[in-house]
Formats: sequence, C-alpha cells, structure tokens
Amino acid sequence: MSITPNLLVFGALAGPAALAAIGVVASKNAVRSALCLVVNFFLLAFLYFTLQAEMLGITQIVVYAGAIMVLFLFVIMLLNLGSLQLFDEKKDIKQPIGIALGVSLAGMLAAVVVPNFMKVDDAKKVLPNYGSPQAVGSFLFTQYTVPFEGVAILLLVGVVGSILLAKRRIS
Amino acid sequence: MMSWLQGLDPTVQDVLSAFGRALLVILPIFMLVPFMIWYERRLLSWMQDRVGPNRTGNITFSRKSKLVPGFLKGKKFKLFGLLQSIADGVKLFTKEDILPGHIDRFLFLIAPSISLFVSLSLAGTLPWGPFPKLTPVADVNIGLLYVMAISSLGAYGSVLAGYASNNKYSLMGGLRASAQLISYELAMGVALGCMVLVTGSLKMTDMVAQQSQPLWGVVPFLYNWNVFTPWGFIATIVFFVCMIAESNRPPFDLPEAENELVAGYHTEYSTKRWGLFMMAEYIAMFTFSMIFFTVFFGGYLLPIRIDNPSFKAIEGYLAPLTMLGKGAFGLSLYIWLRATFPRLRYDQLMNLGWKFLLPLATGNLMIIASFLFAQKAYGNLAGAGVAAVGYILLIAIWLANRSKKSEVEKMESRTATMVSDTDTPTIVVGTRRKPAAPAPAPGGGE
Repeated sequence: MSITPNLLVFGALAGPAALAAIGVVASKNAVRSALCLVVNFFLLAFLYFTLQAEMLGITQIVVYAGAIMVLFLFVIMLLNLGSLQLFDEKKDIKQPIGIALGVSLAGMLAAVVVPNFMKVDDAKKVLPNYGSPQAVGSFLFTQYTVPFEGVAILLLVGVVGSILLAKRRIS
Repeated sequence: MMSWLQGLDPTVQDVLSAFGRALLVILPIFMLVPFMIWYERRLLSWMQDRVGPNRTGNITFSRKSKLVPGFLKGKKFKLFGLLQSIADGVKLFTKEDILPGHIDRFLFLIAPSISLFVSLSLAGTLPWGPFPKLTPVADVNIGLLYVMAISSLGAYGSVLAGYASNNKYSLMGGLRASAQLISYELAMGVALGCMVLVTGSLKMTDMVAQQSQPLWGVVPFLYNWNVFTPWGFIATIVFFVCMIAESNRPPFDLPEAENELVAGYHTEYSTKRWGLFMMAEYIAMFTFSMIFFTVFFGGYLLPIRIDNPSFKAIEGYLAPLTMLGKGAFGLSLYIWLRATFPRLRYDQLMNLGWKFLLPLATGNLMIIASFLFAQKAYGNLAGAGVAAVGYILLIAIWLANRSKKSEVEKMESRTATMVSDTDTPTIVVGTRRKPAAPAPAPGGGE
C-alpha cells in the first residue's frame, strides 16, 4: 500500500475527526463536548467533499454544524451546564460492561465493513454530476419521493408537537 | 518561474493556484479594513452634523526652520484623517495584553480567530469578474449554500467569546447572538432560495450570467437584475434585513448593546483580540454587501448594458472596481441605517424575523415556484396571472392577520398602578396584556 495524496488528505481529515469524536465522550465539560462534536461534523463534511458528495457535505455544515449545534450550545449555556462538572460518574459495574459492549459492536461492524474496503484499491469512477444539488434533487423527487415526503411529514409533526408543548407552558 | 510552475505535479499546481486565488480575494478586503472604519466614522459624522476624524496624517512644514528643505517650507499636506484607523490599529497592537482571570483560556483565545476565519472565507464563491482562472476561489455548484454554511458558523465566534469570558453580560451577548443568527438565517436562506429557483443554479457565476441578459428580455440597455422582478424585489428586502442582522450591525446589534450589556460578547476582550473582532465585523459587512449585490444587482456588471464586444471587454476589466464600488455602496447603506434607526427591542427583533420576514419569504418562494411552473406549462401570460393571484393572496392574508391582531393589543405594556383602597398604599408594578383588563393583584406580575 503506497502513500498517495488521496490517502494523505483522508488521514488529515479522518484522524482529527476520530479524535474529536473521542473528545465528545471523553471531555468533562459539556461545552467542550459540544465543540468537539462541531469539529467532528465539520471534518465529516470535508470527507464528504472528498467523495464528491458536495450537497451532502454542505448540508452537513449548514444543518448540523451551523444550526443544530448552535442550538445545543445555546441550551447548554442557558442551563449553565458548562460551569458544572456534572458528568463525574461513579465507578460501578456498568462502565466496564458498556465499554466491552461498545468495543464488541465496533469490532463486529469493522469485521463486516473493513474487508470489503480492503479489496478496493482504486475508487470507482462516478458520474461527473454525482453529488451535485441537481442530482440529489432529481433523485429525491423521482425515485425517493415517498420516503422524502414521509420524512417531511415526520418533521412537520415534530414542529407541531413542539409548538403544542410550548403553548401549554405559557397558558 | 512560469516554467518551474508548469513542471510541477498537476495536483500541486491546482493547490497553488487555489492558494493564489484565495490571496487575491483576502488581501484586497483585508487591506481595505482601516479605510472602511475611517469611511464609517466620516460618513456617520457627516450624517450627524459632526466633523469626525479629519486631521491624522496632515503635515504642515515650518516656514522658518532650517531643517526643512526650501521647496517644502510652509507647505501643507492633507490626508483627510485617513491615517486615523492605522494609528488606532498600531495602538491596539502595542497595548498591554490583558487576559482576565477565571476565563476558559483556550476558547477565549480561539473565539476571535473563528470570527475572522468565518468572515474571510465568506467570499470563497464570489466572482469578481469574468476571469474563470482568477476568480472565484472555487466555482463549485453549491455556491450559495456555501455562503449560508459559512455565515451560519459565524455564531460560534460570538457565542464562544461570550461563554469563555465567564462574565454574565458577555454570556448574554453570546446567547443573543446565537438566537439572532439562527432566527435570521432561515429567512435569509429562503430569500436566497427564491433566486436559486429563478436562476436554476446555485453557482454565483451562473447567477451573474443569467442577470447579464436584457431586462425582462425586452429592454436592451438595462441588465436583467433580479431586483427588477416583483419576487426579486421582495427577496432583496428580506435578504437585506437578514444580512444586517447576520453581521450584528445597528439596528440589530443586540449582542453588543452598549446600554444593556456593556459591550456584549467582547466585553472582556482588549488589544489585538478585540481588534480581530472589529476586523471580522467590517470584513463580513463588506463581503455580505458584495454577495447581496451579486445575487440581486448583477455582481460585477455595470448599471447600463450595451450589446457590444468592446463594451463587454471594458466591463470585464472594470469588474473588480465595480465590485469594490458596489461593496462600498453596500457599506454606505449599513452606515446610513446605523445613523437612522435606533436599536430594536428584543421582542421586536424576534417578531420581525419570525412573524414578518420568514412568512413573507416563504410566500414569495411559493409564488415564484408556481409562477415558474405555470410559465413552463402554459406560457408567459399564465405565469404572470398566477404570480398576480399569488401576491393578491399574500397581501390578503397579511391584511386579515393584521386586522385580527389590532383587536388584541400587540405588545404587552408595563404600568405602575397606585393601589389606594387599602390602608397602606403600595405601588404595584405589573404587566398587563389588554388595556381594558383590570389591574393585576398586588404583588402580581408575571
């Protein structure tokens, strides 16, 4: 296996992304955890860019890094969780069991996924417009219309439900 | 030099040229910052009937001194105060660097850099002229989404600064910044979405190309700028308001409201780091106004259109200057608004964003979508009819909503009532929603 520019770029993006993902669970401060998640999302978006899925990557930044994580931070600061060390857990039997289960799950996933990727020595040539907004849009509105509309209805229900909950609290 | 460059690996060539293009965007805007600040101060002074910084850099040579060469004796050199900002910058960068105690040091230090990073990378897909090799930095097919993505990251700078300062006022400034940015991001995205529907592409170069047609296809001496259509006009207004709110400028500068929050999220910052926030703000203003003019006012196109190759060539060479001029005009609009409007109250800010701009932009989006469909399916006349019906419906809904609202009082009013029918008169400060409602019980309030 030779070191190609592609591999270098992948390493430069995936390594910090993995470190940030570890930081999310390892950090004791809620704000730091949220920020690690932001970094992770941001780097994941760049990984999507390298796979020519520009639409997916930019949506990742707009929706997750830009909107949802700002809301997360907003809530964390509003509840003032950042200043408290709320996440000191007691050492008990749950912790080693959880770690063992997590590691075994990761191992199982890797056993399925990794051998397939090891065989790939050159990425398949994709269509020139593969990840563009046009391609994604036409797929969403032709082949995947029903699931797409289903997700839309789900989101609408979520919005209505949250308004209902908020209204109840006022009156 | 050229042959050495051409001998390099193509990937390295690509990387180097992208780097060069990025420098071509960043350096001019960066160098303009002191003059933007000077321009704002002078224009603001002129609007407020003051003088403003007009002295710094003036030199008057002595008439008698022997140290002055003869041809300079008694000469005056005026710089109109242009050096004021540079002097201020030197002062900022040489002052004592104070880091308060009890701060989250790491976040405190990176917050200004995040702000600056965001405003510098905002112009990444902005075309400065018809030169595909030089500009934009990356002509990707997600151009406008890139702008949305980067500007939504802008919240992190102020939020982290507010949090890391460990100061209540700063934290409130940061929270306000994040709430404001999220609220106005939506309306801004929908307004841009209207123009994406019209253009059929997210690329900024395609937008400019589409706007270089004759106006409405019939007027040959004017460009088909997006602002000259009814939907484009509405989207222009919505985007303009959102743009000011996104760059935290008056009248939307609640995150740094001086009379409430000292200086908001950058209360604890001083020297260079405060200067970085300042630079980020001005760069974001300038870049946002260039994006505004690119999407709605034809980008680097001149205001008049002549169908002639030599005019096109001249226009092409003037393009960077046109962009700078349009950016400066946008900056003047920002300053004009700052001099004209008082700061919004927080509920007004939220009402404007959520109850006015977002429904307006969404209605506009639906109308433009149905117009495009009708135009494609049944021709121009049907399209115009559908659009007209849509706008009438939109106005009708708005009027209906308005008359419903005027029955109930819109804003809660705060009153102080003297309650004198008890033995000991007490002053009750309460809130009431309707003018006709009875005064709240003593000790009440919400």
